Formats: sequence, C-alpha cells, structure tokens
Amino acid sequence: MEDLRFEHSVRTRAGGARQSAIVGVVASGNLEVLVERVLPDAECTIEIRTAAVGFGEVWTAVIGDFVERYSPGGLRFSINDGGARPDTVSLRLAQAVRLITENGQ
Amino acid sequence: MTSWQNNRAARDARIAGGAALARGKVVEAGNATRLLEAVIRPGDRICLEGDNQKQADLLSRALLAVDLSRVNDLHMVQSGVVLPEHLDLFDRGVAKRLDYAYSGPQSARIARMLFGGKIELGAVHTYLELFARYFIDLTPHVALIAAVSADHDGNLYTGPNTEDTPTVVEATAFKDGIVIAQVNEIVEQVPRVDIPADRVHFVVKSDKPFFVEPLFTRDPAAITEGQILTAMLAIKGIYAPYGVQRLNHGIGFSTAAIELLLPTFGERLGLKGKIATHFALNPHPALIPAIESGWVRQIHSFGSEVGMDDYIRARSDVYFTGPDGSLRSNRAFCQTAGLYACDMFIGSTLQIDLQGNSSTITTSRIAGFGGAPNMGADARGRRHPSEPWLKAGAESDPDGSPLMRRGRKLVVQIGETFGDKNVPLFVEKLDAIELAEKLELELAPVMIYGDDVTHIVTEEGVANLLLCRTAQEREQAIRGVAGYTDVGRRRDHGMVAHLRKRGVIRRPEDLGINPLDADRSLLAARSIKDLVRWSGGLYAPPSKFRNW
Repeated sequence: MEDLRFEHSVRTRAGGARQSAIVGVVASGNLEVLVERVLPDAECTIEIRTAAVGFGEVWTAVIGDFVERYSPGGLRFSINDGGARPDTVSLRLAQAVRLITENGQ
Repeated sequence: MTSWQNNRAARDARIAGGAALARGKVVEAGNATRLLEAVIRPGDRICLEGDNQKQADLLSRALLAVDLSRVNDLHMVQSGVVLPEHLDLFDRGVAKRLDYAYSGPQSARIARMLFGGKIELGAVHTYLELFARYFIDLTPHVALIAAVSADHDGNLYTGPNTEDTPTVVEATAFKDGIVIAQVNEIVEQVPRVDIPADRVHFVVKSDKPFFVEPLFTRDPAAITEGQILTAMLAIKGIYAPYGVQRLNHGIGFSTAAIELLLPTFGERLGLKGKIATHFALNPHPALIPAIESGWVRQIHSFGSEVGMDDYIRARSDVYFTGPDGSLRSNRAFCQTAGLYACDMFIGSTLQIDLQGNSSTITTSRIAGFGGAPNMGADARGRRHPSEPWLKAGAESDPDGSPLMRRGRKLVVQIGETFGDKNVPLFVEKLDAIELAEKLELELAPVMIYGDDVTHIVTEEGVANLLLCRTAQEREQAIRGVAGYTDVGRRRDHGMVAHLRKRGVIRRPEDLGINPLDADRSLLAARSIKDLVRWSGGLYAPPSKFRNW
C-alpha cells in the first residue's frame, strides 16, 4: 500500500448543497471515492490509499488536470484505490463531483 | 531420358504405403501414427491443420508419437500454432523448422523455444501471406486436416468452421501431396461437400470431436466505462463522418462495446442503415443485438464461433450458408474480402510507438499476427471507389488530382491508454524491435505499420493521422491521445492544442460527448444471458461463459 496526499488552492467553490457523496467500489482495477464538503472554499485536498505502489508521478498529473478542470473548492476527496487505470480515476473523480454538486440533502 | 512425373510417382508410393493400413480410405484411429510413418518422409513440409479455431488434434497427437528414425526434421507450415502438441513436436525432434501466422495460446512458450533455439523460424506471416506461399514455395507434401464428417468415398463436410481447409487441400492435393483428414464421424452421405473425395487420400475417424477454440466471445459484463467511452468516440468521430458501411472488427472488448452500442447510442445518432451494414467478421455474439435490430445486412466469416450455429442457421439472410443450412466460412476468401472490399479495419493492439507502428509481440510473448496485417493495410491493388475511401484519400492528399488520387482504407487502432495491470499502450520503442535484435531476425515483427494507420482512438480522444503533414505532427498527435502514459505526459502542450484546433485531435467534448454519459446502461446487452435473450434462445454459449 502507498499513501499519497495532494493539496491544491482552487479558483472557485464547488456548486451544489450536498454534504457528501460516494462513488465506485473497492475492487481490483477500480476505486472508491468519498467526497465531503468540509474545507474552506478555496481549498481542495485529495488523500489516496492505493494498492499500486510507485505511481506518484501519474497521480500528480491526474489530480492536477482534475483540479484544473473542475475547480472543486471546499471538497476533500478520500480515495481507496485498487490499482485502477488513470482514466478510471479521472472518471470516478468527475462522477464524485457531479454527485456532490447535484441539489440534494 | 528426363522424367517429368517424379512427384506423382512419389505420391503414388506414399499412398501405396498408407493403403496397407486402410480399408478403402478409412484408417482406424489406433493406426494413425503408423499411417503417418508410412506416408511422411524426413524433412517433409507438413501442414498440420491448426487454424484460428479448428484443430486436427488427433492427428497432432499421432504425429507426436512417430518413430523418430522414420519421421524427423519436418518443416511445419501451418497458420495456427495453438495446441501444446504443436510445440511438443519441436521438443521431441519430429519437427525442426516452422513457418506460421498465429500462436495465441502458445505465445509464451513459442517465445521461450525460439530463444532456446528449439525452433528454426522461417517467418511469422499474415494468413493470406502464408496461404499464398502454399502455392509458391511452401507447398505441403502432406496435409493433416480436420472435418466434421466424411462419407465412405472421402467427401468431407467441414461444418461451420471450414476456415483454412479448402486452401490447404487445394495447395496439397493438386501438387502431388497427400491429404489425411480426421473426422468426427463417417456417414452414408455428408450434409454438404466442402472437400470433394478425389482430393482426400485417407480418413481417420476420431473418438471425439476435434477441438474448437471459442475465440470471439466477449462477455458484455466485463466491458468497462472506459471502453464504452472509447467506443462512443469511434462511432461518432469515425464511423459517422466517413459513413463506414463495409468493415472488419478486430477481436477485443473495445470493438465488442462498439457492436453493443450500435442499437442504442448509434440509433440515437440516426446512423442506422448509414454505417456498419456489411462485415467481414467472425460470428461475434456481441453483434446479435445489432443484427436483431436490423442494422446488419451481410456478414462473411473467416471461421465460426462456438454456440452460434443455430443462430446463424436461422439468420441465413445475414450469413453465408450452405444447402444444408449451416455456415460456410472460408479464411482465405474472407481475408481477401477484408483486404479489398472493406473500407475500415478497427482493432486493438498491445503496443503503439511514436510513428504509429503497432505490435502484439512483447519480449515474452510471440502471438503472431493472424489476419490483422491484411485487414489493417491499405490494399494498393484496389481500384473501386467508395465514399469513405475517397474521403480518407482526400484528407491525406488534399492537393492531389481527384481523378488520380488513391483512396485510403481507414485503419483504426482503438484501445485504452493503459491495458491490463496498468501496462501502457503507448511506448517509445516496440518490444518487437528488441526481440528482432535478440533473435537476429532480418525484420522486426510489426503487426500494422504506422504508415497504414489512419486513426488512433483512446478514452482521451481521436487522433486523425491522415491530417498530419509532418513526422513531428504525427508524433504529437499520437502523444496527444496517449493519456497519462509516459508517452502522453511528454507531449508538447502547445503543439497538441494547435492540432486540436485543426481537428487532427478531437476530444470527447469536441464531439459532443460527455465522458460521464459513458455508462454500462448504454450497452444493448450487459451479459451473456442478455445475448441469449436477444437471439430468441438460438445462441448457445459454451459453459465457461454461463453463470446461470
């Protein structure tokens, strides 16, 4: 296992009112993303626990592009990764943002 | 005085040797090895029918058991190296030299044996190329083939998996060679004559049916969202704008996803009747929903697929069938159809380099090529026009004279940027080159050459290589869809942005596709059981694909 943590300053707060959301599953080649609205509006953190060791550089690139594209201000992401491919990670993160920015509880 | 019929005399002597073991043409299975010892000479070229699917397994075992003092140093010329026995022949010294086309299940062992010097390799061919050589410089002395049934005269019914048999028999029987067939049963009258009796010298009845590999079944349950996204990009970014009606699909989950999206995503785009109507294709179960929805008009097949027989029989408007009602496949003709009469090949690979060259060969696996290089190549002898072919030709040579400009076949490589176990699809240097250096080959085993590839599709987008004007643009177009692989992360961002502006690279959003819509609910069938339901119960999947 390897633990990684990324902190980013972002332009804007993520929309919507939902407090938390969860997508994906913990399985080989897949991942689970828990997202919580617990940070100041201009901050975003992503904590990763991954089964695949040594992919820090790829994670940095994937997370960098994700934050740039979605500006997920105020959100903390906790990822349980079963060695998912980078495109699957990008997809799950996008799904998590979509879910928490929906109007709901 | 010169004799001009030495080969005929030699053939007659071989037949006479075997005839002692036969009643008419029929030889008991228990005498198969003695038959082979009687008709085969040391150093002979032998075609041991290993096709893509159908295997002459009884004759393989019989050949493996020969007395080495009588039969040795054979030169095997067969399209498929599929069974363990095919390689045991080299371990034991029955065979020495090998010319082949495909070795899927034995790819790791064949690599070890080549490195260990156990096999003297002629070349790894494409199917058509090997078949062509059967008629020029690799004509078999003896062909060991497989059929479903024979009558007492030796007429053969191959069943739906006709595959390579007519080609192998043609080359052997008409050049003074010997044809020995293993059959599942001997009947009074065969359902149809696939091979006439006067081309068959001996028939061996097998105690159990020949082995057939279900190679073309992909369980929809295993298709990922990434593959669905990639399939959506291919349909909207390539099939639709070129209006591709005549095509071949390679084997794999990405193309299975395309097949399963036609009746859903494709239907919504209004593409029914405009794309994917005529195929050179094995009977892929994943195409059943599209067929049932009225998308597909005609399919010619290289071989058959386990479980599809009843479905094919009931859909003879779509498939090629014999007077008996069952599928008639033919690998040589279907390869020719794919080469000359299809406007697009789309398939997956294991490695793509910066020039777009692709290979399924890695240093530990030599899987061979099968048909991909013929399907995935521009046919330089083609002369008939079609809309996609002309459009592709115009894109690659916009200033050429329309009346003199060659069209181009669309050759599309589709895949996710990372494959199994996070192995990157894109590499700076193909493993095939390293392999060629280690084995001192004169030619690296490249599956599809970069100059034949027109498009690369990944989850990151579609790269249209026809629109690239320089080697540098081509490299950046490839890097631009290579995702988070090392190759992708080393892109020149400015140049990739420029290529995108020119439409050389198209992202999902450029095509009006939201990656979040790439959902499994888009698949017309989400399981093997769904496919059975679509087929009205006619598709009978093999047990390994059943979970009910």
